[in-house]
Amino acid sequence: MDLLVEQIIFFAFAGMTVLAGAVVVAVRNPVHSVLALVVAFVASAGLWLLLEAEFLALVLIFVYVGAVMTLFLFVVMMLNIRELPSREGFVRFLPLALFALAAIVAMMVFVIGPQHFGLAQYAIPAHHGADYSNIRELGLVLYTHDVYPFELAAVLLLIAIIAAISLSFRGRRVGTRSQVPSAQIAVKSADRIRIIKMASEPKVKR
Amino acid sequence: MKQDILLLIWTVIKIVAIVLPLIIGVAYLTMAERKVISYMQGRIGPNRVGFGGMLQPIADAMKLLFKEIIIPRVSNRYLFLIAPIVSFVPALVAWAVIPFGPHLVLANINAGVLFVLAMTSLGVYGVLMAGWSSNSKYAMYGAMRSAAQTVSYEIAMSFAFVGVLMAAGSLNMQNIVVAQSGGFWHWYWLPLLPLFVVYWISGVAETNRAPFDVAEGESEIVAGFHIEYSGITFALFFLAEYASMILISALAVTLFMGGWLSPFQGIPVLGAWFAWVPGLVWFVLKLCFFLYLYLWMRATFPRYRYDQIMRLGWKILIPVTLVWIVVTGALIELHVGPWFS
Amino acid sequence: MTFTIPNFIPAIPEIFMLVMICVILMTDLFLGKRIKSIAYSLTQLTLIGAFLLTMHQYGMPKVYTFDHMYVLDKLAILSKLAILLVSFFVFLYSREYIGMTKLPRGEYHILGLFAVLGMMVLVSASNFLTLYLGLEVLSLPLYAMVALKRDSGVASEAAMKYFVMGALASGMLLYGLSMLYGVSHSLDFTAVAKVVSETSPAHSLILIFGLVFIIAGIAFKMGAAPFHMWVPDVYDGSPTSVTLFISSAPKIAALIMAYRLLVESAPGLIIQWQHVLMVIAVLSIVLGNVVAIAQSNIKRMLAYSSIAHMGYMLLGIIAGTKAGYASSLFYVFTYSMMSMGAFAMLLMMSKSGFEAENIEDLQGLNSRNPWYALMMLLIMFSMAGIPPAVGFFAKLGVLEAVINANMTWLAIVALIFAIVGAYYYLRVVKVMYFDDPKDATAVTAPMDMRIAITINGLAVIALGLFPSALIGLCRNVFFG
Repeated sequence: MDLLVEQIIFFAFAGMTVLAGAVVVAVRNPVHSVLALVVAFVASAGLWLLLEAEFLALVLIFVYVGAVMTLFLFVVMMLNIRELPSREGFVRFLPLALFALAAIVAMMVFVIGPQHFGLAQYAIPAHHGADYSNIRELGLVLYTHDVYPFELAAVLLLIAIIAAISLSFRGRRVGTRSQVPSAQIAVKSADRIRIIKMASEPKVKR
Repeated sequence: MKQDILLLIWTVIKIVAIVLPLIIGVAYLTMAERKVISYMQGRIGPNRVGFGGMLQPIADAMKLLFKEIIIPRVSNRYLFLIAPIVSFVPALVAWAVIPFGPHLVLANINAGVLFVLAMTSLGVYGVLMAGWSSNSKYAMYGAMRSAAQTVSYEIAMSFAFVGVLMAAGSLNMQNIVVAQSGGFWHWYWLPLLPLFVVYWISGVAETNRAPFDVAEGESEIVAGFHIEYSGITFALFFLAEYASMILISALAVTLFMGGWLSPFQGIPVLGAWFAWVPGLVWFVLKLCFFLYLYLWMRATFPRYRYDQIMRLGWKILIPVTLVWIVVTGALIELHVGPWFS
Repeated sequence: MTFTIPNFIPAIPEIFMLVMICVILMTDLFLGKRIKSIAYSLTQLTLIGAFLLTMHQYGMPKVYTFDHMYVLDKLAILSKLAILLVSFFVFLYSREYIGMTKLPRGEYHILGLFAVLGMMVLVSASNFLTLYLGLEVLSLPLYAMVALKRDSGVASEAAMKYFVMGALASGMLLYGLSMLYGVSHSLDFTAVAKVVSETSPAHSLILIFGLVFIIAGIAFKMGAAPFHMWVPDVYDGSPTSVTLFISSAPKIAALIMAYRLLVESAPGLIIQWQHVLMVIAVLSIVLGNVVAIAQSNIKRMLAYSSIAHMGYMLLGIIAGTKAGYASSLFYVFTYSMMSMGAFAMLLMMSKSGFEAENIEDLQGLNSRNPWYALMMLLIMFSMAGIPPAVGFFAKLGVLEAVINANMTWLAIVALIFAIVGAYYYLRVVKVMYFDDPKDATAVTAPMDMRIAITINGLAVIALGLFPSALIGLCRNVFFG
């Protein structure tokens, strides 16, 4: 690909990510915030694609945008907060916040600017051919060399499941009626109806 | 530079060549749906416009195009208008990686299956945005139901895909098709039968079609998330729904039914007789079968209740896929049958 | 890329723990309703089993496995033994309280075991990735355990604070680690250490930038000032048994984390981290000891005391010598023992519907149960650093290390505030022995708890009288 085209794509996605990130914190409506975050995720997936990390990019969309953010949106919509209350002390703390922001940005530019991480120190990584599969490469190390952290991450997810369930599940509430499919399937006609054999009405003699 | 522009034009032509038949397909799918269900219910169906009702979808499209777009005053105007587009676009984009023939594919990328999964998972945003921005309780209910349902069934669906990926050893759609070559009994539907069934059920649920159409549930919440939509905005939702139906069927064909491969491959006499038939024809024929299955299911099954849907998804489909992934691993390791040798 | 199956033998205790956790999870699901104590018994069996397995590894030469991501050295083995031992006592003390407050038994023990597993992973890490994962496996169950008392607003608030602060700390730590990674292109401790010591001063600015974030993350997790805000609220809001847990074993893991991050992976920056840690240590010692005086709630008092103790513990690391590290290790072992005893006493004082929380709840403990009062007296003396209790030798060790490193002023500040701190520990003793009880009923506890607290209390004095054995173990880690 042309370097120019690549740069245009990069700046488009990067700009979108930053803009969407700003919108996330700036808008008052939480639903809009979540949607802006979705845009930020999609844009960063685009950046990853440029880095030839298609697996990460697509999984970011699939897992974060497709599942995690959907549930976020679900919860935010359920809470039904149309507008957040106006921000108290926004103006009062603004100068301090701006100062802190400027200080951090200046520090970061100074410390991790191009003089330390520029092209002189780190060359552009080589482009891979069309037959290069990022997924294959990941799969090869994930279950071999990195199996220990991989298993630990799995343990972490298990903990999250256990923690979430133990904090939210309070057992079946008394008095709620719910279906027991196994009982429904196991039911036999004899349990529901009783066929009574009875003699037909004797003829009434007139 | 000149080459780049030519490539661009060529790509656009290819996109049009996919999207145009797709839109026409959608139009006649609605027609087919009405006809098939009518005959199943002992009715005749639309038969007035054109020859035996053949122009009915065109008439419907015309009507929807010219109807007034009503935007509720209390709605969130921009989201309300973006929602149908958000739900329509992913349903089209995913078609980029579907192989229609040995060389007929728009983008033959390595991560094809992941791309499709990523795109189909985006569709739910249209529904959620529509439900929320309409500012109407029925629309909200529909959106909520749809979100929970889609997220739940996505898991089962991706696990079903995992089985296919293991079997084919690739995420590339074209490679998956080629890996199944060898005739009807070599396709993955047989060794991966439980996954195939799970995939199909979750595919139907993903597209919010009967018997999993609680998001629309016209007898409960009127029409669910698109209750406030009219005219062309409604038509876009309609298009998206049917385009994703076709997409899910196309995926079923590609992943489990040998894609564009001929079913007679490897059979002594028939194989030679049908060798001249282009792959596209087989693809479309198989596609039609799955689309018919959609309509058949709609005419046959009553709608699931919401908790039943959740139960089916989490307690039955996901465990089944998990077990069968392990079985698939064992089958591959033991080089069973003609599939994994 | 070649791949050989890693050597699983060094990680046997962790593997055993994880398998047993899954077993307990299933057993509790199916048998938990019928056999109430099954989760508890299996948990203790697991801890004993892991202890024996680790014991078996004692004396093994240093070995790396899992592609240099897991290390089994003397430090890892010794701290794992300590963690398992402390956790055993923690669960033993908590048993009655869990039943009384109706915390979900199965989940409580499973989450607790996960936290122990996290600590074991953390102390055996030789790679940023495993270190971070171990830290999260340790922290995540603790957040949930704090919130397990679901109907209590205070507990939920504490859990929320703990979680948000913990997440912030993890973020800071990761940010710092990413800087080190950016320079060194490696996550491995030894590789990073090599790059760090070779980096030219022009580039070391990034390293220092990262180091500051790493230290902030460590201080957050330890609960050292000025990142201590969460400590009192979490100690106070959590169920007392969880406070007991948080205040004991994780402190050991936190020290090892600090050691591995600072000493093992950034020895080239020793001047820089010494200076930052000095500020943190002095602030912690001053703030912890002074604010603790004003507390009437004993859980909050012990929380501030833990902040001060973290400050003392850091002194050994600041010294930057092997003797200093050994004294820090000794300090954290003894601290977790004392803290465990103090909170266990609160657990035993609690009855159903009544939580012993305030210092005045201890009034006249001597007349209610003289033996417990004596044990508490020993523990308080030890915390205050009064000879012959073990706390004295712990403080002596770190102060000696600091003085030997020519930082006498630091030792003087620490000493002055140790004397200030003695006031509030002795106040507890005064309340127990010289005040009249409000509620004169005798304090009783089941046999196993009585034995445990006796061992705990007597160990404080025994180790004080004969400290050389444990000190020898700690020094052996670094000098051997």
